[in-house]
Order: sequence, then structure tokens, then C-alpha cells
Amino acid sequence: MTAGAAETQVLTALHVLEYPYKRSVGPVIGRFLTGLRDKKLEGIRGSDGRVIVPPVEYDPQTAAELSEFIAVGPAGVVTTWAWIAEPRPNNPLQKAFAWALIRLDGADTALLHAVDAGDETRMKTGMRVKPRWREERTGHILDIECFEPEA
Amino acid sequence: MREVAVVSFAQSTSVRNNAVQNEVEILMPVIQKAVADSGIPSKEIGFTCSGSADYLAGQPFAFVYGLEAIGAWPPVRESHVEADGAWALYEAWVLLQEGEIDSALVYGFGKSSPGQVRDVLTRQLDPYYLAPLWPDAISLAALQARALLESTDHTEREMAEVAARSRRDAKTNPNAQVTGDFDAEQILSDPYIVSPLRKHDCAPISDGAAAVVLAAGDLARKVSKRPAWIRGIDHRIEPHYPGVRDLTRSPSTRKAAEAAGALQSEIDVAELYAPFTSQELILRDALGLAKPNGTKINPSGGALAANPIMAAGLIRIGEAATRISNGEANRALAHATSGPCLQQNLICVLEGE
Amino acid sequence: MSDPVEIIQTPIRLEYNYTPGVARSRFLNGLAEGRILGERCERCHKVYVGGGSGACARDGIPMTEVVELPHVGTVTTFCVVNVPFAGSTVEIPYTTAAILLDGADIPLTALLQEVPAADVRMGMRVEAVWAPEDERGPTSDSIRYWRPTGEPDAPIDDVLKRMRADA
Repeated sequence: MTAGAAETQVLTALHVLEYPYKRSVGPVIGRFLTGLRDKKLEGIRGSDGRVIVPPVEYDPQTAAELSEFIAVGPAGVVTTWAWIAEPRPNNPLQKAFAWALIRLDGADTALLHAVDAGDETRMKTGMRVKPRWREERTGHILDIECFEPEA
Repeated sequence: MREVAVVSFAQSTSVRNNAVQNEVEILMPVIQKAVADSGIPSKEIGFTCSGSADYLAGQPFAFVYGLEAIGAWPPVRESHVEADGAWALYEAWVLLQEGEIDSALVYGFGKSSPGQVRDVLTRQLDPYYLAPLWPDAISLAALQARALLESTDHTEREMAEVAARSRRDAKTNPNAQVTGDFDAEQILSDPYIVSPLRKHDCAPISDGAAAVVLAAGDLARKVSKRPAWIRGIDHRIEPHYPGVRDLTRSPSTRKAAEAAGALQSEIDVAELYAPFTSQELILRDALGLAKPNGTKINPSGGALAANPIMAAGLIRIGEAATRISNGEANRALAHATSGPCLQQNLICVLEGE
Repeated sequence: MSDPVEIIQTPIRLEYNYTPGVARSRFLNGLAEGRILGERCERCHKVYVGGGSGACARDGIPMTEVVELPHVGTVTTFCVVNVPFAGSTVEIPYTTAAILLDGADIPLTALLQEVPAADVRMGMRVEAVWAPEDERGPTSDSIRYWRPTGEPDAPIDDVLKRMRADA
């Protein structure tokens, strides 16, 4: 049989996937995020003595449970960066910015966040940056609105 | 270790946007071809394992639809990984080692076109520290690329040459999506999309599927004139958070290669899953292929020519196996990767008899 | 605010340009025309309707023979829903049923109305109640719901036997 017009047109439609995710953070991540609410940054000491930021529950090499928190930052050094001329909808900044890995003072590993440098020419591996805190903080990685050049 | 070989491989032609077919429609002819070419009747295949990502489709349990392409009646023994089909192949290989089955069908599939795949991939990131920032896949690779350029001798020109070589070699690959003669000089004059990456440094967005049939021992010899024997297969994973890793090196690739016996003797063909030119350089460093000498790298064009996510790693294994089976190569290495910035890596070593 | 942070909100929203493929498109386009279209597998001869993937799930082959189905069928199983969900406009309790259309081998899942939940039974004969012609479109809302026809019940054992995968 013929199916008439039904046969001729393959449909497309907008499909929206939304989840209101609420996540329990546990004592280690929870402590770091609580610190952010208070404009404090902390790392955790790993099995080999290095200070890991952001803190993890278990050592990435030995899987040992970690518990010793160390104050770090607030400023740090950019260890690598990438320039976003056109931000994507959910990025922390809605103007051109840099993603960066930032090794906070006192830390041995780097934190990933946005840097509001204004212009790509201001970005340089090795530059120092400091956090720009959001006015209203809830205990969330975005309590840091972004980092900005220290100078 | 029980001898297991790839006895057939099929893939769809990768396209930027298959707006007309759903995943099952794309899969059916691929599975049918792989099964028909295997010489093993469909109902005799002992196990089926698939790799896909529900987030690509945007629907929970989307992967279950894939089973409609295999005709699961009478009921079949099957499994699934939310990962590239290369890991589905690993699971099938493990089951074949146990001896209860003699053959397995493995497939990987995905349409990257429906969503914004750069953003979809952020959903695999740490949900507390990374995902809320939505750092897209190209941005993460760019962080890695800059670290590579600034702390090693690798250059943007080398990256451009990887891009040009890949698309040129892909001209002979009927299933590739991006092919042609690109000049490294010309690529270097293009603007960055996320510095230091240019468009040509990145894999295309692809819809596609692939399937492989594995067979053990005498069955493989019976159905295939020249089975591609899996002499070693291993996969390793590094810590997830990019700031904890040295992004310029791939110790998990190295470890997997050692465990799979890849480094023991010369490789004729290496199919590496590198969705970014910078990542090919890192992988080759890890595998001792910085200067390839006799080893042909990605004769298929690799992921830079076609990147149907969730099938692309399996395709590396299939392409390497094909070159064994058709006599072009005696010893091949196939690699697959998963996670941000080469976090997890699988190595499969294949040989002709 | 000195309590330790225990929970974070991390909502997500992703947009997709989704295509259901040929078979489901045909089913939905058919609904816009006031028709119910399915397909028959050339190997096992089963008739699928409701817009699946376009493959015969038994044989793993594409189905190309289009079958038009009548707008009546039999309730094969059903459930009575007592819990509302956000955005629902249907009165609680309501019944959803797996309806085997006459000539089909795979049931459609749909809403039943015009029958008290306590009166719904396996074997009950039901018919489609369509939206007015000018309100139909390529959407399952083109059929508002299904209601009893008043016919005597179908012999449920025969109906269920037909639906078995090995039938």
C-alpha cells in the first residue's frame, strides 16, 4: 500500500534534556566548597606529600584516604591556558576569556578555571592570577566568578 | 591466553549530519555486513557487546535501541558499555578467554550531530569541580596542546602536518568524511578556534557506526583466510582531573602498550585514536613512534578524517585488522582513547599468522 | 551561614535536534492525516505499530512494507495511575493500557478515558478518539485517548498468544 504524504517527510524536532541535579559532596569536597563560601582555598596533602588542589578523597597514585588540609592561594600561577574568543552558553564568563590551569601558591597541582584577562595578549604561561569572588556565595566552584591578572 | 582474532569489520560512511536516519537505521547494514563477512551464522554468534553514549542521543537508555539492529530472538547473551566500542571489544575478548563462547559481535555507534557535542562531552567531567564550568572538549584539548607546545620541542607546524597527512591519506578511505589535499602552510595561516588549536587540528563531528566480529582459535581459521590475531590487548586510566596530570605525556598509553606487548617488535601500521593533532604527537611519543620510521601512522586518515564518537576507537581496531587480513601488514597496533585529554587509553596488538 | 556545605545544585540543560528516523516519522505523519500506520517484517511477518526504530526487533532487518491499521483494538494489559506528575492535566486516577490494534502484533501504549478505572479489564475492546481534524499534527496527541467500544471482550488468551515472541 502507499502511505501518501506520510512516507515523504522525515521529521526533526527540538528535544530538551534537563536535569535539576542535586549532589551530596561529602566531607572532603564539602570542606573545599565551604571554604569557597568563606573566600578560603584549601588543598589536601597526598601520599607523596604534594598538595593537591582541588582536594580529592583518595590519593590519585596510591588510593590512600586523604585528610590533611592545607591553606593555599589565594593567588597562583597560570601553567597553561586557552583563549575562548566566543564563549559557550554555560561558560563562567560571557565575554572572551581564557581557560587556565592555575597552580595556587602552596599547591602542587593546578585548578581549572576561567581567567578574565580582557585580551588574549595579556595571557601568558607563568602569569600570576587571583580569584574574583562572587558577591553571593553558596559553596560552589562558581563562588569564584573567575580569576583575573594579579597585577 | 586463548587465541582470538578479528574475522570481519564493517563501518558506515561517516557524515556530518545524518538527519534522516536514526541510530538503528545506521547500524543495521553495518552489522549485517560484518556478520555476513564473518562467515559465522548470526544465530551462532555467542555474545554481543556494544559501545555507545546515551548523552549523545540525549535519552536515557538510548543504547537499548541498538539491540533492534541485531535481531535479539531467540534471546542473546549481550552486554553494553557506555564507552567506545573498543572497550566493548575488550569485554568480548575477556569473555572469549573464558572459553564458554567461540565468537562475538562487537559494535559501536553514535550520532554526534543532534546535540552540541563539545558541550555534551562536558557531562563526563567531574560533577563538582569541572562540569559546572562547562569546559568543552576543544578547550580542554587546547589547554593540553599549549602545554605541549610550551614545554616540549613539538610545534604548531608538526600539528599542521599531522592534519594535512591525515586528510590526504583519507582520500583512499571510502568511509572518511574529511579528505583532500591540505597544505600545512595554508593551515597555519588559518585563525585559531581555541588557541592554540585551529579547525584543522580538530576531528570533525560525525554520525556513524562500526562492527567487528571476533572468533577464537580454530573457528577463526575456518572462517577467515587470514585472521587478524589479537596478540595483546590492555587498557589503563589516569586520574581524571586535568590539573593533577602531566598533560604533555601519556603514561597510560605507554603502560597499556607495554602490557599488550606492543613495544616488543616493529609495528607496520599504527591506527591511533587522536581527535586532535596535538594528541597524536603525545601518543606517538608514548609509543616510541615520534619518528615513525617504517610504521605507517593512521593510513585510514584516523579520527581527523572521521570521528563517529563511540565507534571511532573500534574503527581503529577494524582498520588495523583489515590491513593484516589483506596482507598489507603483518603486525599492527590499534589505540582507542576515552575521557578528557587522553585520560584513558586502550592498546590492541594485531598480527597475521 | 556556618553550616558545612553538604549539597550543591548542578542543573543541566542540553538541546538536541532529534530525528526519529523513517518509521516513527511515518507513524507521526500518519496521525496528522488521521491514519495509523505500521509496518510488517518480511521475514517473520509480524506487524509493528507505534513507531519503533524501523527494524524488526526479532530479525534485525529494516521493514519496508507499510500496513494501515484500524482504529480499534484490545486492551492486553493496563495500569491504574494514582500519582500525578508535574504538568499533567489528566484526572487521577487514570488508566494507561497496552492496546493491540486489530492486525498488529505489538501493542500501543495509550491513555484510556470514558471508563472508570475499576471497570478496565484485559480483553476490553477500545477505539481511538481523535482530536478534531484541524488540531491534528505529527504528534501522538492527535489521538486524544481510547475508550470502550461496548463490544464483548476479546478472548484474552488468544490475544496474548499472538503477542508472544515465539508465536
